[in-house]
Amino acid sequence: MKIVLDHLTKRFPNRNRKIREDVVAVDDFTVEIPDGCLIGLLGPSGCGKSTILNLVSGLEEPTSGRIFFEDRDVTNLPPEKRGVGLVFQNYALYPHLTALENIMFPLGNLRGDERLPKDEMHARAVEAAKLVQIDGLLDRRPSEMSGGQQQRVAIARALVKKPGVLLLDEPLSNLDARLRLATREEIRRIQRETKITTVFVTHDQEEAMSISDLIVVMKDGRLHQIAKPQAVYDDPVNLFVAKFLGTPPINVFSGTVKAGKLLIGSEPVLDVPGVGDGEVTVGVRPEGFEPVTEGGPSSAKKGGWIPAEGLSFACALDRVEVMGRDTSIVFAHPTLDGAFGRAIVDAEEAAGLEPGTVRFALRPSKTRLFDPKTGDRIHIAGSAEA
Amino acid sequence: MKKQNLKAWLYLLPAAAFLAVFMIYPLIDVVVYSLEEGYNSASQSYFGVGLYNFSYVLRDPYFLQALKNTLILVVITVPVSTTLALLISLALHSVKALKSFFQTVYFLPYVTNTLAVGLVFMILFKKTAYSEGLVNLLIGFFGGPSVDFIDGPYWAKMLVMCIYTVWVVMPFKILILTGALASVNPEYYKAARVDGTPKARIFFRITLPLISPMIFYLVITGFIGAFKAYSDAVALFGVDLNAAGMNTIVGYVYDMLYGNSGGYPSYASAAALVLFAIVFTITCVNLLIRRKNVVN
Repeated sequence: MKIVLDHLTKRFPNRNRKIREDVVAVDDFTVEIPDGCLIGLLGPSGCGKSTILNLVSGLEEPTSGRIFFEDRDVTNLPPEKRGVGLVFQNYALYPHLTALENIMFPLGNLRGDERLPKDEMHARAVEAAKLVQIDGLLDRRPSEMSGGQQQRVAIARALVKKPGVLLLDEPLSNLDARLRLATREEIRRIQRETKITTVFVTHDQEEAMSISDLIVVMKDGRLHQIAKPQAVYDDPVNLFVAKFLGTPPINVFSGTVKAGKLLIGSEPVLDVPGVGDGEVTVGVRPEGFEPVTEGGPSSAKKGGWIPAEGLSFACALDRVEVMGRDTSIVFAHPTLDGAFGRAIVDAEEAAGLEPGTVRFALRPSKTRLFDPKTGDRIHIAGSAEA
Repeated sequence: MKKQNLKAWLYLLPAAAFLAVFMIYPLIDVVVYSLEEGYNSASQSYFGVGLYNFSYVLRDPYFLQALKNTLILVVITVPVSTTLALLISLALHSVKALKSFFQTVYFLPYVTNTLAVGLVFMILFKKTAYSEGLVNLLIGFFGGPSVDFIDGPYWAKMLVMCIYTVWVVMPFKILILTGALASVNPEYYKAARVDGTPKARIFFRITLPLISPMIFYLVITGFIGAFKAYSDAVALFGVDLNAAGMNTIVGYVYDMLYGNSGGYPSYASAAALVLFAIVFTITCVNLLIRRKNVVN
């Protein structure tokens, strides 16, 4: 089912009664979620992600704006009329009921014509349990199950009524690291099998990147970007999105543009045709650094890309950290935002590096410019960004 | 390990000694007294050992009256007060305006002195030379005959006694139950709302099971408390409860120990043990039911 949020706004009265101004949790939020997609709703804590989920589920009413499921306006419908399944962060499984009873609970709420016979309810619950692969644990209470199993029961309970939309609030945050990896694959699989439009909230960008069809990045109740994971990473609309995605994070320098050349410090590092002169903020992904030695760029042999002659800048090399496949170079630069930056290079490239000074050339495809005041992206003309 | 054990016992010694002298020894002594026939506290002598004291107590019409009174009190007040407290707690839990005001009002009887409450009930129910009592004025207003609730027929006195008991025990139950209701994770209600669970089903399938441990706690302590009723009866009907026909088991024990007929510790002990047997049985039954029905 396609979900459309149209200029959605939600204000809460301020908890501190002395402050008259409302807290704006969701601010003029417009987004269209295509049918059958798995959407990662990504943003820092307190940015209004969960409020969006509550608005879509109907637990909260928007202050203004409309919500559509396909062409149906559901803005004023109570949750049970919307056909949504919601999985809570701590699962909210009823502790006194077994897994089976928990999964059957929503079916027991149906009244009148919708009411199913007992064995039909049972069959539906078992079907949902099979989908999430917990059909062997149906007579256990939540306290007798692991976090991952409880999670599956919660998903089965949300799916048993065959909703058009599945909403997951921080589904992986209560699981340990190993289980988190397995469970996110599991969510992906369940979504693929049911083809149900799924929105999941997370503050973990890696989680969102790994399984989403589309990522919605938001901050302070506002939509910043909606795009495919790789597109959000490669082509962020502003500095916030660029900083929020990627581990290790993007390295941010302050630079200047003079006559089509980008300067970091006083050294020219990149041709930036079409960008006006002035101050800019430069974001460089860790993989965008290329160490340059006296004899020329070291990796000219293997990559398709060869740094242009004379375009590089000097950084103070602090240390080299070996991570097996890659090596990360920790460096400092006076214009760098933060004490240290981090470049990730192939192990062999870093082989000869010693503490002292290192010269980097920048890959144009990994270097992005932003307006230093607004943080908005400044596009570089032509194919320079490719 | 052994040394540590010794140390632990040493730390426990003051409390253990205190308990032994003031709790355990008297408990054993009660059993001993109850078996000593014709015990005289002045001469510290008795005729023999046997169950005569029990057979005397169980045939004493005053004891049987007290037993009947206590049982009626228990059977009526425990369910009524628990149900009422639950209803009031639910209301308190759902009101938003003046919440703490109502909570205070409902808690007031708990901090009020028993005898002061008794006085209030006097004003409500007692007939004096000057006044019929507030309740009788109300009955008269609706055209009913006036009833003497304090010195009148048995059912009227029992009614007052029950109302009084319910009123006195309710604040504590409300306090516990509002606490229990507030401790139910609100996410359960959210989950129920998303599924469109009807209100009654939310209450019976979610709220009630989740607060059931507290309800059972209240029922058990309620039973024990009601079996121990005594001061409430005194506050309403004065010290000569046998004459009023409103004595309770604890009142009977007290009368046997100190009353104007005074000085029969053996009968008092036997009556106390009968009470203990009843309370013990009922508590065991409660715990058995609890094990079957309550989730922890």
